[in-house]
Amino acid sequence: MNDKLLPLDRLRVGQKGVVMDIAATDSEKRRFWDLGLIRGTTVESLHKSPSGDPIAYFIMGAVIALRNYDAEKILVVSST
Amino acid sequence: MTVKNIALVGNPNVGKSTVFNGLTGLSQHTGNWPGKTVSLASGTFVHRGQAFSLIDLPGIYSLMANSPEEAVAIDYLRYQKPDVVVIVADATCLERNLNLAIQIIDAHSNVILCVNLLDEAKKKKIQVDLDSLSRLMGIPVVGVVARSKKNLDKLKEQIFYMAEKSIDSPDLSMVFTEEKVKDSVNRASALYKACVRLEQKDYNAPDRTLDHFVTSRSLGYPIMLLLLGLVFWITLQGANYISDYLHIGLFGLQDHLFEILTAWNAPPMLIDLLLFGVYQTVAWVISVMLPPMAIFFPLFTLLEDSGYLPRVAFNMDRCFRRACAHGKQALTMCMGFGCNACAIMSCRIIDSPRERLVAILTNNFVPCNGRFPTLIALISMFFAGLSTGPLQDVIAVSLLLAVILFGVFITLLVSKILSVTILKGLPSSFALELPPYRRPQFAKVIIRSLLDRTIFVLGRALVVATPAGFIIWFLANTYTGDASLLSLFTDTLDPFARLMGLDGVILMAFILGFPANEIVIPIIIMTYMATGSITELDTFQLRTLLVDNGWTTTTALCTLLFCLLHFPCGTTCLTIKKETASWKWTAAAFIIPTVCGFIVCFLVAQTFHLLGV
Repeated sequence: MNDKLLPLDRLRVGQKGVVMDIAATDSEKRRFWDLGLIRGTTVESLHKSPSGDPIAYFIMGAVIALRNYDAEKILVVSST
Repeated sequence: MTVKNIALVGNPNVGKSTVFNGLTGLSQHTGNWPGKTVSLASGTFVHRGQAFSLIDLPGIYSLMANSPEEAVAIDYLRYQKPDVVVIVADATCLERNLNLAIQIIDAHSNVILCVNLLDEAKKKKIQVDLDSLSRLMGIPVVGVVARSKKNLDKLKEQIFYMAEKSIDSPDLSMVFTEEKVKDSVNRASALYKACVRLEQKDYNAPDRTLDHFVTSRSLGYPIMLLLLGLVFWITLQGANYISDYLHIGLFGLQDHLFEILTAWNAPPMLIDLLLFGVYQTVAWVISVMLPPMAIFFPLFTLLEDSGYLPRVAFNMDRCFRRACAHGKQALTMCMGFGCNACAIMSCRIIDSPRERLVAILTNNFVPCNGRFPTLIALISMFFAGLSTGPLQDVIAVSLLLAVILFGVFITLLVSKILSVTILKGLPSSFALELPPYRRPQFAKVIIRSLLDRTIFVLGRALVVATPAGFIIWFLANTYTGDASLLSLFTDTLDPFARLMGLDGVILMAFILGFPANEIVIPIIIMTYMATGSITELDTFQLRTLLVDNGWTTTTALCTLLFCLLHFPCGTTCLTIKKETASWKWTAAAFIIPTVCGFIVCFLVAQTFHLLGV
């Protein structure tokens, strides 16, 4: 297991990660919380859009697309 | 007896509106675009002699409002104090849905959980233990399949019992801290683990495979264009076929009406007014405009119901990011294909005020259902007729695609310009949900929206086209000196219109078409006919009529472009006023596309003029 923190958008497709920290403004954080993105949540990178940005993730049983600009504010530890 | 108030809440895309329609028996939709809750829909039903008023609230993810649309839902729960809150959840995505449910249970005393889409869950071999869920959550849980109305009577029964109970004052004033959110997320996950069993671990595999194709680097865009092209092709083919029949029928009927009116000794002027003014305009609206509208609408609804449109937004997002626009603007644009006014309302899904305004101001660059047939008619008359057979269809469809893409290009360009000038700012963060694919209910969607559209267009034809036909006839038959008012009017507009490659009649038609875009082409036809001697026209001779009145390929192209780029219709303007609460922005929404139209048409006309085309 690799313990290094990495931004969510850097997870490889198919890789899972656990959210460790969210470095965003309060209103941005609330939007992430809405989706279930809090410390401890497991996220899987599913597929990229044709241009590589946004990327779709599997979060709490739903498929959510985030722009890399936003996803990089979520720091994860790769779990697979 | 008092009416009990019931509120339906839930995440977006859980089939809340289907539950609503199933309970109230209301087959009517909120907006013109089926299936979307753009403004609050309310309906009533009676169960065991008790009347219930049901309200369908916009989709929310939690009790924290991030957008004006979400605020509407949360404010309703807070201030209207419904007797019962029914949470609708998607059985195939229960974990996140339960998060909202838990927050609502904490805040409200009379809550029922309605687990919808059990059929989809069954297909994916997802077992939901409803009894355990009910026991652990301490509220009634009803599993339903709303679209086949399965178990909706059970839901009514539960609502009935729950409404008997008195309510404690809802407590929605809680401050959301990360701890609180963490608590509800963890409880939701625990509930999910306890009550949901996946017999097939990779239940999502088919969806992921499909996503892999439709969003892939190599196939994403071709699939998008192919699907859109296919929709256009079916629309063109079907519309041609139906148009011919309608035309023969309606204009055959005109002869009978003429005989009847003559037999009644009606005054010639009245016959003239009724038949050649009012009846013909309405007949043109129905025969030329109705068929493409009635075919395109259900087809696009099918695409929407299947869950494909969010994938379009996903693929296109890069363009919107570059234009400093919100990614969900792609979705509001798609809604514009149905009706710009509805699309303006749907802009509420965009939470940043700046980006919402950008989306509102540029929405009109997507041709709505009412302008679509104009594009089709012009393309088939002037551009696709160059060759015959299957190639003709390919040319027509490609041209239509090109026009739409041009509209998208202008949307992005204007969004970018707005974002660096009067609406300065950077794109804000957002999350786009890619819901599970669902097989649309083909027969139901096609029949219902076909009927809806037909009735809607017929209604509008009577309300708008009738007075328009009357005005044209009146103007054409009122003389000051040698010239009729109509020719005075069009002659005044003519020099200006010519600069843009149009003529006075075309520009007048667009102005008179302000209440409803679908009467533009009929007005052009009627005006030319009023000044000419032609009384009998079939769709093939339509081109001849236009050419006789000086139309060239340039005229057709400029009319096409002006149809795409001009002021929004009356209804849309009113909606913009309502949504922005500002005359200034309404004026901007009126002026921006019109100026774009002037510039583009002017450039095209003058270039062609210089080239001697």
